[in-house]
Amino acid sequence: MSHTGYIPIDYAERPAMSRLWDTEHLLVLEDISAVFDGFTALDIKILGIGHKELRVIIGPNGAGKTTLCDVVTGKTRPATGDVYFDGDRITHLSESEIALLGIGRKFQTPTVFDSLTTYQNMELALPGNQKLLLNLFVRETRAERERIHAVLDRVRLIDQRDVEASHLSHGQRQWLAISALILSNPKLLLIDEPAAGLTDAETELTAQLLLELGKEHTIVVIEHDMDFVRQLDAVVTVLNEGRIMAEGPMKDVEADEAVIQAYLGR
Amino acid sequence: MPESVDACIRPLEQPRRVARRFIFYTMVVFSLVGIPLLYLCGVITIETVNMLGRYMTFAILAVGLDLVWGYTGILSLCQSFFFCLGGYAIGMYLAHHGGPEGIVDANGWKLPACLFVVYPYDVGQAPADALVPWFWKPFWSLPVTLILGLVIPSVIAFIIGWSGFRSRVRGVYFAILTQAITVAAFNFFSMNNMKFCGTNGLTRFDRIAGNYHLADDKVKLVLYTITAVALIGVYALCRHIVKSRLGRVLIAIRDDENMLRFSGYKPQNYKLFAFVLGAAIAGLAGMLYVPQMKIITPWDMEASKSILVVIWVAVGGRGTLSGAVLGALVINLLYNYLTSAHEMLFFLKSMVSESTYSKMIWKAEYWQFVLGGLFICVVLLFPDGLIRLWHRLVGQPATGTYGK
Repeated sequence: MSHTGYIPIDYAERPAMSRLWDTEHLLVLEDISAVFDGFTALDIKILGIGHKELRVIIGPNGAGKTTLCDVVTGKTRPATGDVYFDGDRITHLSESEIALLGIGRKFQTPTVFDSLTTYQNMELALPGNQKLLLNLFVRETRAERERIHAVLDRVRLIDQRDVEASHLSHGQRQWLAISALILSNPKLLLIDEPAAGLTDAETELTAQLLLELGKEHTIVVIEHDMDFVRQLDAVVTVLNEGRIMAEGPMKDVEADEAVIQAYLGR
Repeated sequence: MPESVDACIRPLEQPRRVARRFIFYTMVVFSLVGIPLLYLCGVITIETVNMLGRYMTFAILAVGLDLVWGYTGILSLCQSFFFCLGGYAIGMYLAHHGGPEGIVDANGWKLPACLFVVYPYDVGQAPADALVPWFWKPFWSLPVTLILGLVIPSVIAFIIGWSGFRSRVRGVYFAILTQAITVAAFNFFSMNNMKFCGTNGLTRFDRIAGNYHLADDKVKLVLYTITAVALIGVYALCRHIVKSRLGRVLIAIRDDENMLRFSGYKPQNYKLFAFVLGAAIAGLAGMLYVPQMKIITPWDMEASKSILVVIWVAVGGRGTLSGAVLGALVINLLYNYLTSAHEMLFFLKSMVSESTYSKMIWKAEYWQFVLGGLFICVVLLFPDGLIRLWHRLVGQPATGTYGK
């Protein structure tokens, strides 16, 4: 069993940030803390995600998993610390700038544009079309159309191509959100609870999709569902009360006393 | 699965598309050829043509708001302000060229008659300090006026939008902001010392584009035709926008603006685009309205007037351009009909006493209740507006559904 891309970082011996990214990690969070009304939601000394790595972040409710996503994607500004992505400090950038750099995100609740059809939702996710005037005249190319169809085919949404997203089932919405993310071809995919509310069969397909994607993309998955995490067979980071509690392969993490304590109650 | 899913899967079928196009062209031909012909044959009076022309400017205003509100989801309550900016621009042009001749100020500029209300002098008297204000002077020329009538509302909308959208002022807060700006503008234009002729507004118009008299029936007919062409043009432009990918981005903003940011879009730019375009369209509508109405006062930019535009769009069907046109025309025609005295219950005349019957005559004041009732009914019964009734009739699936 190999965990592609996983390279642990030691906080005390962390490399100088000036030469960190080009060799080892795509995403690095250093000394990050996020504070809401005096409550520290996130307090991470160091977290590095390697190139082409599939990383799963787990943790009990309120552990700061979603806040972590918010910090990386620019929705929440950290109180201290910096986020580095692919060679650049991105802490100060806006959501859309970060998205254009290549960080895609799927939210906890599958967010799709309800009044648009499946196809139109995908169309908006096409990379390189985010400029205003371009959108007034440009239509998608044949290649782009074929790519959209290929992805929709893969997630079994091709028959729902012209259905308004508000009519899709929960699972279909999840896949549409993930498909749109795949289409935008980001360097890093942040996927918040992809298996939430899915049936077992749907969960399995989602896991397959993610594993397939993991061959070419760097993916961070945030998940509750332990069975799903086992299916992914990736390095797991455990968050608890905003801090990193443990990191390593699933079987090691599962055996960790502190983790069991945090999950099963104190 | 709801049955509407099946309806949605089917793309707009060929016959339906043809029917739709047929209706569109019928309306175009009817407004451009039919109405003038009816007038020339003596079926309708020039007053009716003039009224239709004015209501069409309202339809243009409604299409602009529909782009901003129905598609992009920005509730703007300053459309009547933008409308009046265009109206005041053309109004100043018309005031320059109207009223009694030969009154010149100390610098040799012809003093518009309506400014005399502001300057407390008698007609014919022009003391040295009663000068044509500097900001009136550009509006002497018609081309400059036409350009400024579009540019001024656009620039003001740009400033409001740029500061508002950038700091993510949204929803009801943005509506309140625009409402407040409209109230401030009303007060600004109402003040006599602002030299916009105060609450009396601009009037005593006479000639347009050289020596054409506004009172002339032919000029009225031409103004009507220009308005009809403008409505068709604005409709076609907005239709092109909402059918392009840009239109889908606008709808996505309405659905979930925050999420769009994570796809790399800058929603504020798109919102600014829609808002500025909506303002320019409102300015155009105002410029077409004033020569046909022959007066513009600050009361036209009252807060309630903007809300009226919102009601037109809501009743007609937000998120569909044809709905906006329909709403504006239907409500205004209804207004026109119901604000004049009617003896609707004439068949009761012989049955009841004279004094009872006189109480039954329809009065203009009842209109407000009709409008309010209509609005409530539409919101409760047809949230997609009157146009949805028509769509249901021809069996077309819901398009442009709003906020389900």
